[in-house]
Amino acid sequence: MAKITLNTATLGNSLSNLWRLTITALVILLLWQAIVVCFEMPPFILPPPLLVLEKLIGSYQLLLSHSLITMSEIVLGLLLGLLMGLLFALQMLLFKPLRRWLLPVLIASQAIPVFALAPILMLWFGYGMTSKVIMAALIIFFPVTTTCFDGLRYTPIGYLDLAHTMGANKWRQLWHIRLPAALPTLASGIRVAAVVAPIGAVVGEWVGSSGGLGYLMLQANARMQIADMFAALFILALFSIALYYFTDLLLKTLIPWHREQAGH
Amino acid sequence: MSISVQLSAASLQYAGAAQATFAGLNLNLPAAKWTCLLGPSGCGKTSLLRLLAGLIDSSHQLSGQISCSDGLSIDNRISYMAQQDLLLPWLNVLDNVCLKAKLLTGKVSAGEQHKARQLLAQLNLSGIEKSLPDQLSGGMRQRVALARTLMQDTPIVLMDEPFSALDAVNRYKLQDLAAKVLQGRTVLLITHDPQEALRLSDQLYLFSADQQLLPLPLPDSLPPRAVDAQLGQYQQSLLQKMQVLHG
Repeated sequence: MAKITLNTATLGNSLSNLWRLTITALVILLLWQAIVVCFEMPPFILPPPLLVLEKLIGSYQLLLSHSLITMSEIVLGLLLGLLMGLLFALQMLLFKPLRRWLLPVLIASQAIPVFALAPILMLWFGYGMTSKVIMAALIIFFPVTTTCFDGLRYTPIGYLDLAHTMGANKWRQLWHIRLPAALPTLASGIRVAAVVAPIGAVVGEWVGSSGGLGYLMLQANARMQIADMFAALFILALFSIALYYFTDLLLKTLIPWHREQAGH
Repeated sequence: MSISVQLSAASLQYAGAAQATFAGLNLNLPAAKWTCLLGPSGCGKTSLLRLLAGLIDSSHQLSGQISCSDGLSIDNRISYMAQQDLLLPWLNVLDNVCLKAKLLTGKVSAGEQHKARQLLAQLNLSGIEKSLPDQLSGGMRQRVALARTLMQDTPIVLMDEPFSALDAVNRYKLQDLAAKVLQGRTVLLITHDPQEALRLSDQLYLFSADQQLLPLPLPDSLPPRAVDAQLGQYQQSLLQKMQVLHG
């Protein structure tokens, strides 16, 4: 009975979320249209929403092919960044002397703006997908590593004491205690990463590319086809939001105990 | 087989601390009996239990000897129950009870699962095997922790205020239950509750302000004792003694 109540509540929440999202989108579209009408904006400065919709429908094949490139870059960058962050955090946890050497590298990775690295990455990895994947991975590296490291470091001491009295070795403790205990903290980092990764990929495309939504936006901008630019931007925003919600849902499913502890 | 444990000349000084938590302490845990250490918070009783459990980091100054009556090492022959139930929130009740097997071998055999189910049934916890700890009440969680302790099947059980977070009724019930199911094991119970100590002890010590262990008299009846007039009198005199010793 309790389970049914919970499921109904979850469904209710999802529906109300959907309603909120729809209403917010409608308000933004109305405001947008109002600005175009009130300030008599020319379409090459701010195209009306309907014109953007026309472009979305008219150029859907072109938009789709470029979207697939950008989405692949974002997803691959996200996966690579997560893997790098996880491995880096694990190394810092397991090999304490190494931590003193790796910590400055981690801080430097955040201190040097990834945007500044973009031209160098283009030079090293070419104008293809690789450089953008690396850009996206680099931009999420810091939040993933720090949240993962913090999660692994601050395992409740009682759990470790218990495992110790049971005779568990370091590796079993890591696998069965530290890693699962770190998941809720790591999940926060992954949520941030899901939002930030698209920035890395698009900036990479702006600096130099032959495909992708960033590339399409630059081309459209140069030709004053601002409606095309907005259409690409719309898809990018839509994908980023979808990616965030998908990640959030995935994490909630994988870490059910965290949701229950949080009382959601 | 029941074993007794002797702790001799135990001293501990935490790194950075101005003085020792305790020094030259001797304690005997008789086989198959409950030994209770009573004392206020911060007197060093938990440190003593952690020392026996091998949980004191080598970065602290530590000396003393632990010997068991069968001549074997105490390592891997203790189970530990803390104030918090320490149930892992990502494992269901059954997996929590079988945690030791999972940690040592990476898997839980069908035989172990069967034994865990039997223990849960013995503790009136049938039907919640697949529940997550967060779905249980405080009393149930601590009973699951007790099942996990029993599942470890060690001759020595170290308990650090395991019932202190429970309400009075649940605490009373769980004290009775623990005394029943831990029969035959050598138990060290740390507590700050005089009534609990008097109910469960076969031998009772008070941790004095100068970090010495003072043996205390106990009612004639066998534990777990009922809270009757005699126990009330002992409790009264114990509280007075604690007041004198700890201000």
